[in-house]
Amino acid sequence: MLRLNGLSKTYADGTEALREIGLQVGKGEILALVGGSGCGKTTLLRLIAGLDSATSGAITVNGETIKGPHPSIGIVFQEPRLLPWLTVAGNVGFGLADLSPQERQARVLHALEKVGLAGYDQRWPRELSGGQQQRVAIARAFVTAPKVLLLDEPFSALDAFTRASLHDHLLLLWAETKPTVVMVTHDVEEAITLADRVVVMRPRPGRMMETISVTLDRPRDRLALGFDKAKRRILHALDRSLQPEKTTPTQKGADNASHWW
Amino acid sequence: MTDTTSHSDPTHSADPRDLRSLRVKGSAPSRSFALAGVLLPLLLAVVWEAAIRSGLAGGRLMPPPSTIGATLWELAKNGELQLHCLATLGRVLAGFALGALFGTMIGAAAGALVVVRRLIDPTLQALRAVPSIAWVPLFILWMGIFETSKVALIAVGVFFPVYLGVAGAIEGIDRKLIEVGQVFRLNRWAMIRRVMLPAVLPAWIISLRSGLGLGFMFVVAAEFMGASEGLGFLLVDGQQMGKPAQILAAIITFAVLGKLADGVLVMISKPLLLWQDTARGAL
Ligand SMILES: Nc1ncnc2c1ncn2[C@@H]1O[C@H](COP(=O)(O)OP(=O)(O)OP(=O)(O)O)[C@@H](O)[C@H]1O
Ligand SMILES: [Mg+2]
Repeated sequence: MLRLNGLSKTYADGTEALREIGLQVGKGEILALVGGSGCGKTTLLRLIAGLDSATSGAITVNGETIKGPHPSIGIVFQEPRLLPWLTVAGNVGFGLADLSPQERQARVLHALEKVGLAGYDQRWPRELSGGQQQRVAIARAFVTAPKVLLLDEPFSALDAFTRASLHDHLLLLWAETKPTVVMVTHDVEEAITLADRVVVMRPRPGRMMETISVTLDRPRDRLALGFDKAKRRILHALDRSLQPEKTTPTQKGADNASHWW
Repeated sequence: MTDTTSHSDPTHSADPRDLRSLRVKGSAPSRSFALAGVLLPLLLAVVWEAAIRSGLAGGRLMPPPSTIGATLWELAKNGELQLHCLATLGRVLAGFALGALFGTMIGAAAGALVVVRRLIDPTLQALRAVPSIAWVPLFILWMGIFETSKVALIAVGVFFPVYLGVAGAIEGIDRKLIEVGQVFRLNRWAMIRRVMLPAVLPAWIISLRSGLGLGFMFVVAAEFMGASEGLGFLLVDGQQMGKPAQILAAIITFAVLGKLADGVLVMISKPLLLWQDTARGAL
């Protein structure tokens, strides 16, 4: 289980990217993070992945504190980030250097099949379309069977059709090992299609604003009644997250006014 | 940097890509087009030959292609050409090996470690601005007039583009790819071997190619220092003996050798760079 405790991050230049994030994600749960641009979603994932360190607070996975990249945490970046000098198979098997070549090969081919790229193993990344590259990146993250998988807007650069089919591929891979998934998305429907819980964040500084549970049965149908209801709730929360905070300014205004008098 | 470098010394073009674009002319994409590059020299040769044959030009200082060809043939027949070629090639190869080795090692250190870069880069940049010929007297004083000083001069010429290319390439490695290595918890050595080396390989090979080109440039300077064999000797000898055909024969041989050596380097590196996604299919 993934637990975030009072997590804050202030960058060296003074930008307060995250303030006091407290969150628990259960085993096998899929959590979606939504929120306006710059509210610290990528920062949060990078902290969990161990690529940056928090200013304060702690991250634990099954009770173990995360201080740097950890074998049980995998990440899919917003861009595919494939190594151009490795074939597709070489990229997918990049994290499996310890395995015997046969076992690595078997795992790689299995993962490629799951993302619908069987037969592409000997291609170079440059010979793939954007969506195919992103699928390779997903396969690369899944193939090491991480307990926690982080996805940073993995599908945002793709068209709606490709995206829908990648959702299916993702859920298929997820069903195999049931990792805990934390995914960032800008697409509310994507969040509802995939997630058990949706966390809406608020910018400047990045904070959690509202958590919405999605209890629909899988596979989820966009036309189901509950789908629309969840969507409206999230959209509403997002709307409010992007509005200036009302209480503080008015109070400040009152303070200022009293000064004048 | 001020452009004080002498005699068309391309060390001053900091970007190795400038050199690449100069050097790829031969590798045209389609075969039928590959011969196009030969047309201009061929046409010039024919025009020149005709001008002399018809008496329009004298041809004493600029001999016609037929005379140059005859001179080349003569030199080849009595084995002199091979001797001179081998001497020159040997020097270039030795100097190239040394220059490339040190350029790669020091460039890697400067690219990877900020401390090293801060310490040595300013000095090397200053040295780089020194025209190659300026080293000649010093090297002769230090190492005598024979092979050592010649190889050293060539090595100096090769060193700088390789150093710059490698240091720049390492500095410029995409942080995003390094992070991929970090996520999979590569240790330092694995990170170098599996991410950094492949990432700098294309730039390294380009720097080697410009280094090799400079090696051929510097070998002439080296052989001007006084040599009894080598293509540079043929040049000096041709001037002193008033044999322009010999000079031109040596120049043409230089062109061919340089192009061939570059071609060999490209051929060796090609299988390593199959993955590259560049506009130029062939580097
Ligand atoms: N390396 C950095 N140095 C300084 N500030 C940074 C750095 N990275 C991000 N920030 C700042 O931190 C805040 C959060 O950035 P982050 O990338 O986490 O946002 P995000 O929610 O992922 O946005 P988007 O949806 O646009 O990707 C932003 O204000 C950003 O300017
Ligand atoms: Mg982001």
